Amino acid sequence: MSLNYDRALEIYEPTLGLEVHVELNTNSKMFCGCATEFGAQPNTQTCPVCLGLPGSLPVVNERAIESTILIGLALNCSIAPFSRFARKNYFYPDMPKNFQTSQYDEPICVNGFLDVEVETDDGNEIFRVEIERVHMEEDTGKSLHVGGATGRIHGADYSLLDYNRAGIPLVEIVTKIVPNTGKYAPAVARGYVAALRDILRSLKVSDVKMEQGSLRCDVNLSLSKKGSGELGTRSETKNVNSLRSVERAVTGEIIRHANRLQSGEKIVQETRHFLEESGQTRPGRSKEQAEDYRYFPEPDLVPVVPDAKWIEELRNSLPEKPAERRKRLQQAWSVPDKEMSAMVNAELLDTVEQTVLLGADPTKARSWWLGEISRIANDKSVAPTELITVKDVAQIIELIAKGELTDKLARQVVEGVIAKEGEPSEVIAKRGLKVVSDDSELMKAIEAAIAATPETAQKVRDGNIPAAGALIGAVMKSTGGQADAARVRELLLKHLGQ
Amino acid sequence: MATISREEVANLARLARISMSDAELDHLAGEMDVILGAVARVQEVARADVPPTSHPLAFSNVTREDVVKPSLTPEQALSGAPASAEQRFKVPQILGEE
Amino acid sequence: MSIRDNAWQMASALSNKEISAVELANQHYEQINAVDKDVHAFLYLDKEGALAQAQEVDKKRASGEKLSPLAGVPLALKDVMTQKDVPTTCGSKILENWRPPYDSTVVTKLKEAGVIILGKTNMDEFAMGSSTENSAYGPTHNPWDLTRIPGGSGGGSSASLAAFEAPLAIGTDTGGSIRQPAAVTGTVGVKPTYGGVSRYGLVAFSSSLDQAGPCARTVLDAALLHQVIAGFDPKDSTSINQVVPDVVAAAKKLDIKGMKIGVVKQLAGEGYQKGVENKFNEAIAELVKLGAEIIEVSCPNFEYALAAYYLIAPSECSSNLARFDSIRFGLRVGDDGVKSAEEVMNLSRQAGFGREVKRRIILGTYALSSGYYDAYYGSAQKVRTLIKQDFDNAFAKCDVLVSPTAPTTAFKIGEKSNDPLAMYLNDIATIPVNMAGIGGMSLPCGLAEEDKLPVGFQIMSPAMKDDRMYLVGGALEAALLAKWGKPILDFAPKLAGSK
Repeated sequence: MSLNYDRALEIYEPTLGLEVHVELNTNSKMFCGCATEFGAQPNTQTCPVCLGLPGSLPVVNERAIESTILIGLALNCSIAPFSRFARKNYFYPDMPKNFQTSQYDEPICVNGFLDVEVETDDGNEIFRVEIERVHMEEDTGKSLHVGGATGRIHGADYSLLDYNRAGIPLVEIVTKIVPNTGKYAPAVARGYVAALRDILRSLKVSDVKMEQGSLRCDVNLSLSKKGSGELGTRSETKNVNSLRSVERAVTGEIIRHANRLQSGEKIVQETRHFLEESGQTRPGRSKEQAEDYRYFPEPDLVPVVPDAKWIEELRNSLPEKPAERRKRLQQAWSVPDKEMSAMVNAELLDTVEQTVLLGADPTKARSWWLGEISRIANDKSVAPTELITVKDVAQIIELIAKGELTDKLARQVVEGVIAKEGEPSEVIAKRGLKVVSDDSELMKAIEAAIAATPETAQKVRDGNIPAAGALIGAVMKSTGGQADAARVRELLLKHLGQ
Repeated sequence: MATISREEVANLARLARISMSDAELDHLAGEMDVILGAVARVQEVARADVPPTSHPLAFSNVTREDVVKPSLTPEQALSGAPASAEQRFKVPQILGEE
Repeated sequence: MSIRDNAWQMASALSNKEISAVELANQHYEQINAVDKDVHAFLYLDKEGALAQAQEVDKKRASGEKLSPLAGVPLALKDVMTQKDVPTTCGSKILENWRPPYDSTVVTKLKEAGVIILGKTNMDEFAMGSSTENSAYGPTHNPWDLTRIPGGSGGGSSASLAAFEAPLAIGTDTGGSIRQPAAVTGTVGVKPTYGGVSRYGLVAFSSSLDQAGPCARTVLDAALLHQVIAGFDPKDSTSINQVVPDVVAAAKKLDIKGMKIGVVKQLAGEGYQKGVENKFNEAIAELVKLGAEIIEVSCPNFEYALAAYYLIAPSECSSNLARFDSIRFGLRVGDDGVKSAEEVMNLSRQAGFGREVKRRIILGTYALSSGYYDAYYGSAQKVRTLIKQDFDNAFAKCDVLVSPTAPTTAFKIGEKSNDPLAMYLNDIATIPVNMAGIGGMSLPCGLAEEDKLPVGFQIMSPAMKDDRMYLVGGALEAALLAKWGKPILDFAPKLAGSK
């Protein structure tokens, strides 16, 4: 009988390790002046250096160093007073020099941590993920496999190489092993990558677009029998490219490991590939012919010895930590935990904050973005911010507050803006959605409603206030929903002597 | 006893991506043994308290500004390629990983 | 005006309009046509490009434009330096027909100075060797005796000078590849301080040791060329960002009174040819006459330099040469539509690299591999520290150090090609300089009495004090010239067909 997730965790304790590769958003590459645009025509962003032509030499991009130090500081790391590049030697066609210029035993940032908040059965809990190192390296080119049935390497007739991506600065962030997460291992892994992404975004050092590969995660996982205190053999699942996939990969590997162990089989230390469709992994490169990377100090580059004053300047320039900012906003806006999480998970915190900064009420801003707009965005499978601007939403909320729009009318305005009918004011004008705020016009409609149902009006005059609802409804109907119901009620009751 | 076996030399040739003939491996294994015997002398003076030197001159912090410079044209980039197609470098099927 | 003149004489004839740059280049091509079938100094002649360059210089001079001192003077370029659209083979089959899409910084500076690049010179494959026998395109012959080696790896550059095929040449020196060929061909060769001349476009053999430098027939000519190619290059992270010492003024000064010159005890004795030691000692006597103070110094760790070198250089080369994989440039073998990329890569590297290159790649792969790194590569780096310390101690007492450049004169082609260790010993006196990154010069100090072949005298100067070796070299050269009555190359037998 195979073990399911819950059963697996009754027997085994998972240990996580996460390696995240981030492409920095520098203008030029790590070691040469070539541009770094995503999606450029093949081999238009290459030069002797990033093609690894004989005789070429690397020179380090100073902003890449600065960005890496910022990342290290934001992750509470120590910045090494002396750090060096090293060559990692192995052959692969997408790597022009057949060595990767990386860092080995002297990385630029070491010993940090990142606190990850995870929803548990007992409320939100903080898991501290310790960071072993943050180091600089360079990306590889991209290969396109042509021919064959699957488009994968196996069965391909030949491959075509584009080196535009080769040499783009990469930062690798490696955690120490993360123990004692229990059944929350998948959530901790996801939460870690999400928190890391938020930090990187707040530092403005990377586009952090997982779908474009500018943030890639390798998940290491092992299981040990509960109480045994021994670490199990780990598997390394490569290039898991969405938050959801990180969570699924951990879950999948826990179940796979547990079932293998339970049936007496050994875990093979190997690289595995995540399969997006099934959420499972399949084996990649086998380690039987082990590579020996023959690291040695890169002789073409000199050591990085960052000035202590500069590090302090960078430390002082760090933006507010995303988690602290979240707490601050939650308090300022008096948002319950659940709604706050919803906003963060929907990646709308920035958007809501910007809307509030334009004068909108926080509760209204949140409910518009997470409600109506998200619903439409969901139907269209796009991001809410691609449908409507923060400015338009803030304006609509302002018009509601002024009484110029009702919620119902506002929904139509949003619809119109999304349909590209123009800015809110244009939509209101075109569709004639203005609230009827002229009292004399409202009085005409009220009098007409009274005339249509005099007996109801009499009940109200006699003190049966709830009976006014029917009359108000009639007025709203006759004005096409463009009246302010509260004002109608006020005028009606006054007219009927109440 | 030899410092290095023929199998080790064959493994080094694999790591270095050179498909040497058997005769060449045999010959090289013998030569390597002699050369390694000679160069192993460095161990006589390489005491623990001697720091290693990897750069002849002790410079540090040489960087460039993050400014884009013109790249080669794709024609120039591909000019030396043994084979190309679709503005890319063409190679035989790649085995191994994905 | 003769092709046997020195570069500075040619430069002044050009500037006095006694000869045009085009005429001068053509005279050299005539000499090359006459003698290079025997010498084989050149791998490629870029006659079209050189004459176009010469025409440009002549035009500028005619219009009265201010030109650099060496404008119009021809030069031979070691085939390890990239020159845009001109074949650059490094003496290897793996780069046959490769035309780089860019100029090395040295070539850019030469072009800017109007120096005429006649062609590319022969060398040991990827600069690995001391005889130029390791070239995939056949050996170069020593103009003094065509049955002998011209030294290496830059045998082509030095031989071209000795055969009057060019008055100036560029070499590169990783363990002696400029100085040892200079020594055995009776010419001058200078390895500047590491970082003094940009390595950008120098196809790397061993990045932490490689250094390009000037080759010439006189110390002043070398200084003039040094001045053109030296200086900071933002494309080379290991380039020195300081003012280049005035080597031309130093070469002209000729006054070494009171200078302290250290003779390195360890670079003499066993393994050194008798005639080499005699000529070296006679040169020391000249220095004494010039008023220098001679001090014997001891550098006890030099005896480990050769062993350390044959770990560091192969280690770095095993990594530097990994890029020759038949994908972006260079030879591809076995691409039959069936074999995998890896198989084709392995076959191409097997077919494209020669024996010595493969030997060093394998040695370096071993020295860096896990389990052996500390014992081999790591220990070699420690020896490097010790050698630097020896130099520091010696330079605390002396302004320059001296020794014979090579332990022997030119040996016969084929004599040592099957004994790698015997071959490696040729660099025993030149290697310490590369290990420490300091400057080194070789200039001729006479002919060994037993074989009438030139002997090289090596001067070593502290890092970034390259002017000191030019000062001592210039003074010694002048004294020896006065003693001999004519330049040393005038003692060489005339090559068939030579002017």
